[in-house]
Amino acid sequence: MKKQTFLSAAIAAAVAGSFALSAVNTTLAQTDPNYKAPRTEWGTPDLRGVFNFSSNTPLERPREYGDRQYYTPEEVRARDQRAAEAAAAGDGNSSQGGVGGYNQFWVEGNPVDLNLRTSMLIYPENGRMPARVEGAPIAFGGLGPDYNGTRPVRVAVGGIAKDGPEDRGISERCLLGFNSVPPFMPSMYNNNVQLFQTEDHFVIFNEMVHEARIVRLDADAHIPENITQWTGDSIGRWEGDTLVVETRNFNAKTQTFRGVGVSSDKTLIEKFTRRADNVVDYEFTVIDPKAYTDKLTAVVAMFQTEDEIFEYACHEGNYGMINILQGQRVEDGTWDYENNRAMLPQ
Amino acid sequence: MKTQLKTFFAVAVTAAAVSAFWMVQDAPVQAQNSSSSDIPRTPDGKPNFSGIWQTMNTANWDIEPHEARHGPLSALQSGAHLAFPPGLGVVEGGMLPYKEGMRAKQEENKRDWLRLDPTTQCKLPGVPRATYMPYPFQIFQAPDGTLISYQFAGADRIVHMDSPDMEPQVDTWMGTNVGSWDGDTLVIDVMGQMPDTWFDRSGNYHSGWDMHVQERYTMLDRNTIQYSATINDPNIYDRPWTINMHIYRNLDETKMLEFKCVEFVEELMYGHLRAPGSPIGDGITPIH
Repeated sequence: MKKQTFLSAAIAAAVAGSFALSAVNTTLAQTDPNYKAPRTEWGTPDLRGVFNFSSNTPLERPREYGDRQYYTPEEVRARDQRAAEAAAAGDGNSSQGGVGGYNQFWVEGNPVDLNLRTSMLIYPENGRMPARVEGAPIAFGGLGPDYNGTRPVRVAVGGIAKDGPEDRGISERCLLGFNSVPPFMPSMYNNNVQLFQTEDHFVIFNEMVHEARIVRLDADAHIPENITQWTGDSIGRWEGDTLVVETRNFNAKTQTFRGVGVSSDKTLIEKFTRRADNVVDYEFTVIDPKAYTDKLTAVVAMFQTEDEIFEYACHEGNYGMINILQGQRVEDGTWDYENNRAMLPQ
Repeated sequence: MKTQLKTFFAVAVTAAAVSAFWMVQDAPVQAQNSSSSDIPRTPDGKPNFSGIWQTMNTANWDIEPHEARHGPLSALQSGAHLAFPPGLGVVEGGMLPYKEGMRAKQEENKRDWLRLDPTTQCKLPGVPRATYMPYPFQIFQAPDGTLISYQFAGADRIVHMDSPDMEPQVDTWMGTNVGSWDGDTLVIDVMGQMPDTWFDRSGNYHSGWDMHVQERYTMLDRNTIQYSATINDPNIYDRPWTINMHIYRNLDETKMLEFKCVEFVEELMYGHLRAPGSPIGDGITPIH
């Protein structure tokens, strides 16, 4: 509830043309070298808490900034002011044509604190995606029309057809959230994660589709290669005050990253560092030589909140899947909408 | 001094209660010899429930005493696999105290179990059923928030240990979970559940929002938890009732693997809406 209240307040403020800059403090984007994270009862840095990783920082850096990683606070404030004015100029309610979908209420695109990064990508140094390997599988989904492709459908949103549930993206099937396919990324809404820690485990709990990814800190080897999973197998270790998590054993049913590759070829390295009392930096590196000619590394600032994580029961209420398939069958002329049954033979 | 005295009495009373419990339960000699000092503890001195656990009983089939019986007619092809194993039941006093007229719905559910059981469709099992489904679960304990992650359907719940007054704001499949300590017993009050979950495959049911479940976890030794859950649902039952069982540390499955069952139920749930000729499956998962 608190979250919704915040969201509503944020939207109201944005629409009024005075986005809640007064409500944010000026946490620096750079790490304070003297900052010492609080410790757990057993002495490691304490990463526990609920975090929001909403962001309006683009994945790739605008080319004109070259290798420059940070804006100044003044530049960010000016940018956000322009965005707020643009939002105020619209009615804030319309969806993009069609029968209607997500309007502005749903959009959670601003960080809850000042984020000065010019791009999430910090490697390659120019903040741009590395080149794709020629011939690597590629597919971009989205809320628009279906794309041409074959099963398995590895995209998160969208699909190739409406013949069966397997033709839809994995988030539409409620298998993984559209922002929580490892690595998790800021997306349209529900950018919330809770981190749990014990002496020998770390858990990354994405609110989206109630996904708890369990990281073993007491393991030195991954599970057998023939066991693959949607979220892979994660093992972690401390490097100084940073928790480093390595994940492999992904199944072959999602993409490597950003529309390219097959997840079974992916190694994911994630780093969690508390750099301020209310900020944990989430850095991830994706390595897949079959998809990209180089590794890529991105950083997302996660801001701690007093809000709580709610249950996101996706599959239990997936009327969307029924409606997508049934709607298409009606259009095909094979489903009797009035009587809610397959069309009887003439 | 006062505190020490209090502690002494608390320990003495707990010890007496534990002894009485064991006499009733006719526990194995080895377990009787264990003491609460043998159990793992967190740095703040609480019993440490972190780990992978699983029950070993037939409560998921039927929480009431039951004999072995046929599985549903539609599943006779599965032979012994879907027949019901017998069990002494886990409900204190044997049978559930249904209010007059309320047993009928359970019997109706039981007759059409396979089709109506929400877990057939990989839906979140609710509490307490999540505890005794025949799958492991893992506890991650912390002073402020404890996570319980279940293998079945990737169900999970966050137990709020620092919010004694928290109330559910919306109904959920796994409830709003408020934890507290009663000595060495972890107490979880579960509120605000959806009415859509069952207690077992025999169709024992509840009314959802008005149900209050209070779970109690007490570590008997480092590998055994005494578990009870008291269900208070005045809409369906004459009085609160309690289930009791043991939970055992799973020493074999040292890494809890995923069981995201959604993809396994898509044909069941959406197959009738498939385009004529559209194959079943994602093309890479073998279906034989």
